[in-house]
Amino acid sequence: MAKTLFDKIWDRHVVRELPDGTSLIYIDRHLVHEVTSPQAFEGLRLTGRKVRHPELTFSTMDHNVPTDDTRLTIKDPISKAQVEALETNCKENGIHLYGIGDDHQGIVHVIGPEMGITVPGLTLVCGDSHTSTHGAFGTLAFGIGTSEVEHVLATQTLRQKKPKTFKVEYTGKLSPHVHSKDMVLKLIGIIGTAGATGSVFEFCGEAVEALSMEARMTICNMAIEGGAKAGLIAPDQTTIDYVLAEDRPFVPKGEELEKAIEEWKKLPSDPDAKFDRTLVIDASKIAPQVSWGTSPGMVIDVDLPVPGLDDVPGYSAGDVQKALDYMGLEAGQALADCKLDTVFIGSCTNSRIEDLRRAAKVLDGKKKADHIKLLVVPGSQQVRKQAEAEGLDKIFTAAGAEWRWAGCSMCLAMNPDKLAPQERCASTSNRNFEGRQGAGGRTHLVSPEMAAAAAVAGHFVDIRTWNGGN
Amino acid sequence: MEAFTTHRGILAPLDRANVDTDQIIPKQFLKSIARTGFGPSAFFDWRYVLNGDVNPDFELNAPRYEKRSLLVTRNNFGCGSSREHAVWALAQDGYKVIIAPYRGEGDDYIPGFADIFKNNCSKNGVVTIELSEAEVETIFKAVYGEEGLEATVDLENQKLTLHGESEVTFDFEYDPSVKNKLLKGLDDIEESLLYLDDIKEFETKHATWIHQ
Ligand code: SF4
Repeated sequence: MAKTLFDKIWDRHVVRELPDGTSLIYIDRHLVHEVTSPQAFEGLRLTGRKVRHPELTFSTMDHNVPTDDTRLTIKDPISKAQVEALETNCKENGIHLYGIGDDHQGIVHVIGPEMGITVPGLTLVCGDSHTSTHGAFGTLAFGIGTSEVEHVLATQTLRQKKPKTFKVEYTGKLSPHVHSKDMVLKLIGIIGTAGATGSVFEFCGEAVEALSMEARMTICNMAIEGGAKAGLIAPDQTTIDYVLAEDRPFVPKGEELEKAIEEWKKLPSDPDAKFDRTLVIDASKIAPQVSWGTSPGMVIDVDLPVPGLDDVPGYSAGDVQKALDYMGLEAGQALADCKLDTVFIGSCTNSRIEDLRRAAKVLDGKKKADHIKLLVVPGSQQVRKQAEAEGLDKIFTAAGAEWRWAGCSMCLAMNPDKLAPQERCASTSNRNFEGRQGAGGRTHLVSPEMAAAAAVAGHFVDIRTWNGGN
Repeated sequence: MEAFTTHRGILAPLDRANVDTDQIIPKQFLKSIARTGFGPSAFFDWRYVLNGDVNPDFELNAPRYEKRSLLVTRNNFGCGSSREHAVWALAQDGYKVIIAPYRGEGDDYIPGFADIFKNNCSKNGVVTIELSEAEVETIFKAVYGEEGLEATVDLENQKLTLHGESEVTFDFEYDPSVKNKLLKGLDDIEESLLYLDDIKEFETKHATWIHQ
């Protein structure tokens, strides 16, 4: 029978079907960070269980770490205790750790691919919903809760119900200055934040094939924002070139690698494979997207007015009103009219080298508007190093930005980087929930290019027609 | 995990759709390495005003809901972050049951709960009940209409009963694997380790290079 990419990966990982109707699935890679793991390790300790495969478990610190020059000495005692707990847990269990000060520390979803931990055809989990990022490699990757983290640590498996498949085909070519961030925001605007619950996306079509690996990761990163369990993109030559490009220590070597590549080439969905659901989006018609509300599904083309109470499919008038009130916006208003306070370029959605290059291109030779605080936070120390080698840091600082060390930073504001109440932020991250970037803070999700241009203008602009402030 | 068979308690309403886990428990509380102590921080940004006082405008703060243990809300509850802390916070704040509506069918289907959240509930003995929008509307009306309205959940028979002036009973669907686990209070890891031999055998056949 014809199989989808998802079916092929799933079938290869079923240890056995269980009597309760779930499947016991083998997990090849388990990524761990400081926030969602301490209680799992504690659970193992209390039950006297051991980590079954420390060599398949990889950890880093990202959520809690300061990204300014104080990063090596965390002042907040509770954050510090959490980071130290991860150090102890990794040491006691013989788990790879890329901690603070390590050359490879970074956001868990940035360092996985960077180090070759993520390669096609695997199952990969992490106690973090944006684990869907890794699906860009054609690896089945999804977020789990802490109880499941403990389950994977103890058994290297998970009990799972087989999800449905949902194909999203992007036909045609993207317009200039429109990026994968806009592709995924557009999708969520169409289906809503619960539209894909219980499903695994497969993103395909001409516009997806044309994307680099980093751009593909941006789309898969936000699969969870559509409610999906995971997002997948079939591995192709672009994937293989990325995996083989630099020294990625965990990529197989020699004969094993050749065998693996042969397997990877067989992964794409069979031409006549059936999906439970299909959606076609014309990529050539996608405009730069800006979220206006408090849910990623509340998003519009940059040149459209803020919608009215009854104009938002999937949201009740009451919910739209609550969102408008929280965001300090009125129906019919142009987004360009609202003044921004902060611009954040970073997060596991858009903090890789290509994202920084794009932002730098917009900022080159320009200055941020005086009233804007501009924060550029690379996704990993490796990205930071590369950006500095290319002189991007100089462009950012000359434009008036703060150039930071790697971490999640203002994506969730667990470290000292946060918005004050009612501060308005253009952010390249993935969630505009109430208070996400600081209690009372107002987040607008955009691409790195749109964020950089907004920093210069002091408000949103249509990057397609903006003349750079001249 | 404690077994869940039946539960009777007071119902409280949260009339919002798409309540995300950042709202259920904001990030500043995720720094804890403990599994307890999250209850008072549930819905923190709504529950308290900026100076830390209780927010009188937040509906769950009304005195009539003080002793509630069942929550009725709108669709896609628990979306966003995978943080299990959200479930710990709700459970420790006394919620044993959450009721939310699904909507539509086929391509238009919107669930009552987000996937990871629902799954996390099942690991912590919290029962998530999905009913139709019309049924949930009836429950909202009943809750607003009668102070101290109680309800009983009978998981074995998959029935929810409102003990209002006249009793109303709703039947609900429940995933049999989750139901069985909740009824018996089973520990997932212990259950899975029963298949350790299968796991070992699988590992001998699975690609070896993953173990570098
Ligand atoms: S960057 Fe943001 S979304 Fe990504 S892992 Fe960190 S906190 Fe989560």
